[in-house]
Amino acid sequence: MKTSNPLWREQLIRKMPETLAREVDIFEAEISLKKMGKLDDRLFAETRLRRGVYGQRYDNGERHDGKKAQQMAYPRRDLTKGPNTLWDAPGMQRIKIPGGGLNAAQLETLADLAEEYSDGIAHVTTRQDIQLHYIHIEDTPALMRRLAAVGITTREACGNSVRNVTTCPYAGVCQDEAFDVTPYSKALARFLLGHPDVQEFGRKFKPAFSGCNQHACALANMHDLGLVGVTRTENGEEKRGFAMYVGGGLGAVPYQAKLFDPFFPPEELLPLAQAIARVYAQLGEKKNRNRARIKFLIQDLGIEKFRELVLEERKTLEPDPRWTEYIQEALQVEEKPLKAAEKLQATGSDAFQRWLKTNIRPQRQEGYVVATVTLPIGDATSHQLRALADIARCFANESIRTTVEQNFVIRWVSESDLPELYAALEAVGLGAPGAGGIVDIVSCPGTDTCKLGISSSRGLAAELRRRLAERSFQLDEAVQNLHIKISGCFNSCGQHHVADLGFYGVSRKMSGYAVPHFQVVLGGEWENNGGTYGVPVVAVPSKNIPEVVTRLTDSYVAGRRSGETFQQFVKRTGKVALKKLLEDLTRPPVDQRDRSFFRDWGDPREYTLGDMGVGECAGEVVSTIDFDLAAAERQLFEAQVAFENGEVEQAGKTAYQSMLRAAQALVRTEFPRVTNEPDQIVGEFRTRFYDTKNFFDPFVGGKFAQYLFAAHEKAGAPYTADSVRYLIGEAHLFIEASHNYSNRAGASVLV
Amino acid sequence: MVLQHINVKLLLDHSGQIDFEPLVPVFHAWIQEQGRDELLLDVADYRHVHAGPGVILIGLEANYSVDNSGNRPGVRYNRKAAFDGSNQDRLKQAAAAALKVCRRLESDPRLNSKFRFNGREIEISINDRLLAPNTAQTRDAIQPELSPFLDRLFSGAGFDLSYDESRRNLFSVLVKSHGTFSAEELMKNL
Ligand code: SF4
Repeated sequence: MKTSNPLWREQLIRKMPETLAREVDIFEAEISLKKMGKLDDRLFAETRLRRGVYGQRYDNGERHDGKKAQQMAYPRRDLTKGPNTLWDAPGMQRIKIPGGGLNAAQLETLADLAEEYSDGIAHVTTRQDIQLHYIHIEDTPALMRRLAAVGITTREACGNSVRNVTTCPYAGVCQDEAFDVTPYSKALARFLLGHPDVQEFGRKFKPAFSGCNQHACALANMHDLGLVGVTRTENGEEKRGFAMYVGGGLGAVPYQAKLFDPFFPPEELLPLAQAIARVYAQLGEKKNRNRARIKFLIQDLGIEKFRELVLEERKTLEPDPRWTEYIQEALQVEEKPLKAAEKLQATGSDAFQRWLKTNIRPQRQEGYVVATVTLPIGDATSHQLRALADIARCFANESIRTTVEQNFVIRWVSESDLPELYAALEAVGLGAPGAGGIVDIVSCPGTDTCKLGISSSRGLAAELRRRLAERSFQLDEAVQNLHIKISGCFNSCGQHHVADLGFYGVSRKMSGYAVPHFQVVLGGEWENNGGTYGVPVVAVPSKNIPEVVTRLTDSYVAGRRSGETFQQFVKRTGKVALKKLLEDLTRPPVDQRDRSFFRDWGDPREYTLGDMGVGECAGEVVSTIDFDLAAAERQLFEAQVAFENGEVEQAGKTAYQSMLRAAQALVRTEFPRVTNEPDQIVGEFRTRFYDTKNFFDPFVGGKFAQYLFAAHEKAGAPYTADSVRYLIGEAHLFIEASHNYSNRAGASVLV
Repeated sequence: MVLQHINVKLLLDHSGQIDFEPLVPVFHAWIQEQGRDELLLDVADYRHVHAGPGVILIGLEANYSVDNSGNRPGVRYNRKAAFDGSNQDRLKQAAAAALKVCRRLESDPRLNSKFRFNGREIEISINDRLLAPNTAQTRDAIQPELSPFLDRLFSGAGFDLSYDESRRNLFSVLVKSHGTFSAEELMKNL
């Protein structure tokens, strides 16, 4: 904890906006109350989450060091900052950056904070936030005051609240946009921040703005509230408006947002959002976290009913001047460039040419471009942030934004400045080419710092990046432009569903050991606002994933038809053939003396999901389950193939069967005479594994079991394409959870 | 002026590129061996970042790393928690911790003597802009604390100081000794 913490308030009191200063004072008081034992654990946990103060891996005071689970000797083991979360354990601070927009002073402050309170790294997330890791909770008020002094709040960065309002980073300069959505997104972010109608949600709520439908710059289709700028001509006059999408989300099972309204005027933006928030707060699930996102409410009600309720609610709202007071200004907002537009004269080195080709995008304003600064897996050092602040001042009138691909973009660069800009970026190691391509891999924090991580997404991303960067310009052009996105678990913070090559962390047993794996998810589409979600093909050990990438890309280059995209190639080839292509990579090496295969990327510890061991007795028990679970997986695969062939009914039935098969596998370990009768399987499963909580995931509880119960309840009713798509996703997760149970059970027999 | 959160970076000999990869298992092993004197928590690997913090062994009270900031590899001790005592005590504590970990890295057979102190250069910084803003006043205030400490550390061999003068950066001074010392010798001098 910093010695200077008590001094910052006095130091900055005149620089902080009053409301932000007050918020930090309140949070500081809450910290004191918690230390005195006067605040309930759960209440304090949600309080700090709503300030962006998040937990981090091992904060329960236990860490498996590769040999044993170590109890970490924190000085105050009896003081907690939430259930099962020790006070002294470092955590993560999420910093909301609305629309990703940062000015130079803010970049400099972030640099200072990363250096003084964290580990010298600021991490850009897939929702345009900045995260700092290894932060002590008692440093957070000082950190927040320093942010407040440059106009940044961490309020509602986490918790059951309205999260960062993400916005296309090209808004205002994009050639394809309807209009600049920035002022509208800022107005919505301001309006909803701390609004009384958004305090009672059962889960988080994520809004996003895009200026067009065809690009994935803000991924409006996969958000709780997606707003796409559209124009319409009325009486010969062009009118601005928004298409509104609701109930989208990646998460464990991806949901495409539903169209709420194809066009409404800006005057209705804030009141409609408020009405939606009210309906969600009133009717959204509160008790069962796993069904508490708005997408479930919309699924249960149906979009028509949901729309009806929202419009009814809209009528009851008291008019609020904030709904419209920004609109006149929004029509006039136009960022000003720093320099006059001049054409690029110089040709420059090969490296400069490569960077130009991949990292530069012309603006709609003639003579200006947007330059993308690629950050390796979203990380920037304090020194680099300061350099970016200088660059923003020198070239771009401080117009810099974070992106959902974990990069920065510098806007309003005069073309003639590009050689100088490139040199300035190169000098601090930020001149790498390949923006938005195969080397520019997106990854969530995974097992590095996330409590839910199963496999090392960042370790894998760093390894793939290193290998691909070495040969990126020898790669076929079609391969260079593919997207790789990696999540450390099924929660998909790395957005693996919308990548050509997506991966998410799972674990499997091999030769009696838990081994880190990644589920290979192919054929997702980044374009068209994340238009198509990929489908899991097969789980492969982490150490074989680089070979998976090589095989798939080689096979694409060799077998691609003229103009065929990777999605089209995946679709035409079919998952059966693709799975076959990767089949041998799913097996452990014959010679197992080299234990590195059983470990994760960048982590030399023996891999574990918790406790782990090996032994003959458990090996037998586990191998029986594993055998049955493999059969369930096969069945699920058949369901996917049927779905792909348009056999919706068949696909639904088979996916449901695969869940039953996995449930039966578990039941059989306790009740060998279980029949094939679905009611019996589900009944026994409920009694033995759900009611006892044995099957519960440590983080999401009974969520996956509930997928089985829901599928069983709906069995016999006709399936639709949508319902089968969700069912297949849920079946995947249920089978994964069964594997995890099997791993845990196997280990507990051994200990 | 109270000096807290002292960072000491012992610059390494590096004729060529240093591969930081072998540090990862070594730091993990140190967590397994966990001594009684301090709590070691995790390893953060930033090899992918240009001129970055390198590989960090995260501790509760302090971080240890082989840091590559400024493209100058060095063994860094970053004191996070406050330390009781006088400024001289704190300088001594931070320097001793950096030297201790440096010797440990130098003698670790898995690292093949790849991480060796260059014998002459030490960067000392204060990781707190409010306590020690990077100004001439801070330099003037710290110099009387630094001089006797460095005299003792280099047993009177003499040294040059060069300050990083950018207002934005942490207070930081690069000390170049006129003599050459091993980490062990410096440790004895403390
Ligand atoms: S995808 Fe999973 S591992 Fe990655 S950040 Fe999200 S919850 Fe954590």
